[in-house]
Amino acid sequence: MTAVAERSAAAEPKAGEIPSFEVTLKIRRYTPETHGDEAYWEEHTVTAHGTDRLLDALHKIKWESDGSLTFRRSCAHGVCGSDAMRINGRNRLACKALLKDLNPDKPITVEPIKGLPVIKDLVVDMEPFFASYREIMPFLITTGTEPSRERLQSPEQRARFDDTTKCILCAACTSSCPVFWTDGQYFGPAAIVNAHRFIFDSRDEGGAQRLEILNDKEGVWRCRTTFNCTEACPRGIEVTKAIQEVKRAMITRAF
Amino acid sequence: MQTHQFDVVIVGAGGAGMRAALESSARTRTAVISKLYPTRSHTGAAQGGMCAALGNVEDDNPEWHTFDTVKGGDYLVDQDAATIMANEAIDAVLDLERMGLPFNRTPEGRIDQRRFGGHTRNHGEAAVRRACYAADRTGHMILQTLYQQCVKNEVAFFNEFYVLDLILTHDLTGREVPEGEDVAVSGVVAYELSTGEIHVFRAKSVVLATGGAGKIYKTTSNAHTLTGDGMALAYRRGLPLEDMEFFQFHPTGLAGLGILLSEAARGEGGILRNADGERFMERYAPTIKDLAPRDIVARSMANEVREGRGAGPNKDYVLLDLTHLDPAHIDAKLPDITEFARTYLGIEPYTEPVPVYPTAHYAMGGVPTNVEGEVLRDTTHVVKGLYAAGEVACVSVHGSNRLGTNSLLDINVFGKRAGISAAEYAAGASWVDLPADPAAAVVEELEDMRNRPQGERVSDVRRELQQTMDTNAQVFRTAESLRQAFQDIQVLQERYSRVSVQDKGRMFNTDLIEAIELGFLLDIAETVVVGALNRRESRGGHFREDYPKRDDENFMEHTMAYRRQPGVPVDSPALSAPKGEEVPEPGPGRPVVLLGTKPVVTTVYQPMERKY
Ligand SMILES: Cc1cc2nc3c(=O)[nH]c(=O)nc-3n(C[C@H](O)[C@H](O)[C@H](O)COP(=O)(O)OP(=O)(O)OC[C@H]3O[C@@H](n4cnc5c(N)ncnc54)[C@H](O)[C@@H]3O)c2cc1C
Ligand code: SF4
Ligand code: FES
Repeated sequence: MTAVAERSAAAEPKAGEIPSFEVTLKIRRYTPETHGDEAYWEEHTVTAHGTDRLLDALHKIKWESDGSLTFRRSCAHGVCGSDAMRINGRNRLACKALLKDLNPDKPITVEPIKGLPVIKDLVVDMEPFFASYREIMPFLITTGTEPSRERLQSPEQRARFDDTTKCILCAACTSSCPVFWTDGQYFGPAAIVNAHRFIFDSRDEGGAQRLEILNDKEGVWRCRTTFNCTEACPRGIEVTKAIQEVKRAMITRAF
Repeated sequence: MQTHQFDVVIVGAGGAGMRAALESSARTRTAVISKLYPTRSHTGAAQGGMCAALGNVEDDNPEWHTFDTVKGGDYLVDQDAATIMANEAIDAVLDLERMGLPFNRTPEGRIDQRRFGGHTRNHGEAAVRRACYAADRTGHMILQTLYQQCVKNEVAFFNEFYVLDLILTHDLTGREVPEGEDVAVSGVVAYELSTGEIHVFRAKSVVLATGGAGKIYKTTSNAHTLTGDGMALAYRRGLPLEDMEFFQFHPTGLAGLGILLSEAARGEGGILRNADGERFMERYAPTIKDLAPRDIVARSMANEVREGRGAGPNKDYVLLDLTHLDPAHIDAKLPDITEFARTYLGIEPYTEPVPVYPTAHYAMGGVPTNVEGEVLRDTTHVVKGLYAAGEVACVSVHGSNRLGTNSLLDINVFGKRAGISAAEYAAGASWVDLPADPAAAVVEELEDMRNRPQGERVSDVRRELQQTMDTNAQVFRTAESLRQAFQDIQVLQERYSRVSVQDKGRMFNTDLIEAIELGFLLDIAETVVVGALNRRESRGGHFREDYPKRDDENFMEHTMAYRRQPGVPVDSPALSAPKGEEVPEPGPGRPVVLLGTKPVVTTVYQPMERKY
């Protein structure tokens, strides 16, 4: 009885109601405390609704069937950078990946981002990523006495680096970069994006120092312009363009 | 177990925590402990702006700002604190600019400013442009900029460490402190997520900066991690929580999801409409319409829906209309929030109005402090060495309703003050002894939870808590609905004592952490409901349908909620006879919530009726 009633309700959703559907997630798990040192795949099927994101499906699994499934998340709307993961082979934020856009007919693969050591399931050690970020001196560098009011900056000068101020340090770009996968020493796109944010800020006087750092053998020249990073960036930052601008600044020393 | 020793320990690395850290670490040995990587903190979600009477684009001054803050808070604001905040606002913004924050600029290159709800020229004449902003990601830029400065100054962070206990010299839930005896803090106990190890941090000063508690509600703009930890830690040690019944519901959450669309959308010209296309705010606030304070707009929206003028198939939301704005203007000023509408609802804001409904947004109440950030243990005494700032605290600059852009200001002004006070206190104070086994309580709680073979599921208890809070303690409240919420919470508290987790491991056990966080949520929700039951009036964010008027004669005072063990005699002058509904008995053996009051500091502005 109930089953029939449910099915007919599902078949004829009320006007404006978003129909629900089933999705299967194929998750790459790594739980050394209970399953030894090898990572393994695990499938879960959950019922999802029209506006559900991958993060909702992961929560459903964690909250209703397997509490040990482990991932990071906080804001749930794409602004904190906690939940970058490899979804169907592409780096995205779980909280911005709508299930209905992921072709729910096939299992959705979910893996940790690549190139950083996995701690447990979808959680990686972010420290190497943040270490690169810290190396490019990600702070305003000025000399002379502090002004008593604000420093002046025209809207045009501000627009010059607007795009790279959006970065949420999610590592989606860096961990999608083939150069970073093979050479963990490479600064990676996110660090260069954050260097760009200061190099092109008219108030900053540390551009030359930063370019020196990025001119290093593991620096900006290792970029092979594969555009993976630009595609991966959930903030829509034109990462490759920013890297190109840094390269150009290095040659012309004009920024 | 590891033990660390720092002069100052700051709990939380959002805007308030990092602003405090910049001051404190420049003066003395400081550690910042945060359950999230600093840049993941929810300050980064703030969109619209941070206000200061810079007067860059039109005439403005801090006195007008103070007045608006007091009036916006429905006169429950401590006016000394509001005056300090408005006066120090200008330097707070300029400090951030000097640190590199990329504010939007005027054609002359100055910091640009825009309108925001409740901010007016000359005591309510017209909306004033007071909010400094960086597109619609002002909070993101504040968080990034403060973190950048912390990197520059090599601040010591302990990231993904959860503080689970506050160590005080006295357990105030168990007995009153004799006059003349000091209560002091001696450190905190933390849990390292990646290893499961316990760390004791001994400190002369501790600053609580753990942010809000929006997750007591189902529909909220707050992050999953905003579980009221700092408030609960203080409360469980017997320290009072102030004005917890005042929770702000932001008018424009994406319908069904709660994700916030900043008030900046209305500041830039957006209009709220009901199903008939009517600009209904003209009826509720004829002068400033859509830019009335949040409590008024949120209630007006809920009322439209209640009276059948809601839009959509279920008539359960209203519409935020941006379609008359130039797309280029939207892209320049509101890029992120229009993207939220596209991503999450599939709505194109250039051409379609966006479905919105009020969402639980901001805790006006919290750990009571004075203007130096010192935490109070009753109406007058401070806890030596303990400070609080930001959304976790209540100083009280927001009274019963916070004005938009005043929180990013609050975290900067009072974060800075708390950081300075904490460092200065530590410089002169001697070390307080830790108890024999400071981590015992935390270890026991964690082990109990981990070892319980099976029991209630965390997510069930949490969902039911959030549901009852949404149903019974939201925009509209009555004695009946609140009593229901209270009873539900008692049942859920009992079920919580039987909660078990599936993940029994030590490494990165977020299952265990969610269980602990749920305990915080339950305690915080209880204080909200008890405060709301007692307050038989309507003021700011707290609206009682059975008492729809503000009642200054009986309720022009702050609420103080204290936890006490059952049977502990109550003779403290801080406690007062309850004035409102009789609070039902808690479950057997459970500690009680006792209510006291604290006078409101009124300096110049006498309470008036709040009209816009
Ligand atoms: C969507 C949204 C938009 C907003 N927009 C605006 C705006 O435009 N203007 C405005 O003025 N205000 C705005 N607000 C309000 C404002 O952003 C917040 O009130 C403010 O940022 C809170 O800052 P905080 O430093 O107190 O807390 P948070 O930034 O939330 O930081 C809390 C910190 O505490 C840590 N923490 C918590 N618990 C523990 C624990 N147990 N152990 C260790 N660490 C812990 C966390 O890791 C985090 O680092 C907005 C809020 C939201 C939700
Ligand atoms: S540039 Fe984009 S993808 Fe890379 S870390 Fe920043 S936000 Fe993430
Ligand atoms: S949870 Fe914050 S970005 Fe996804």
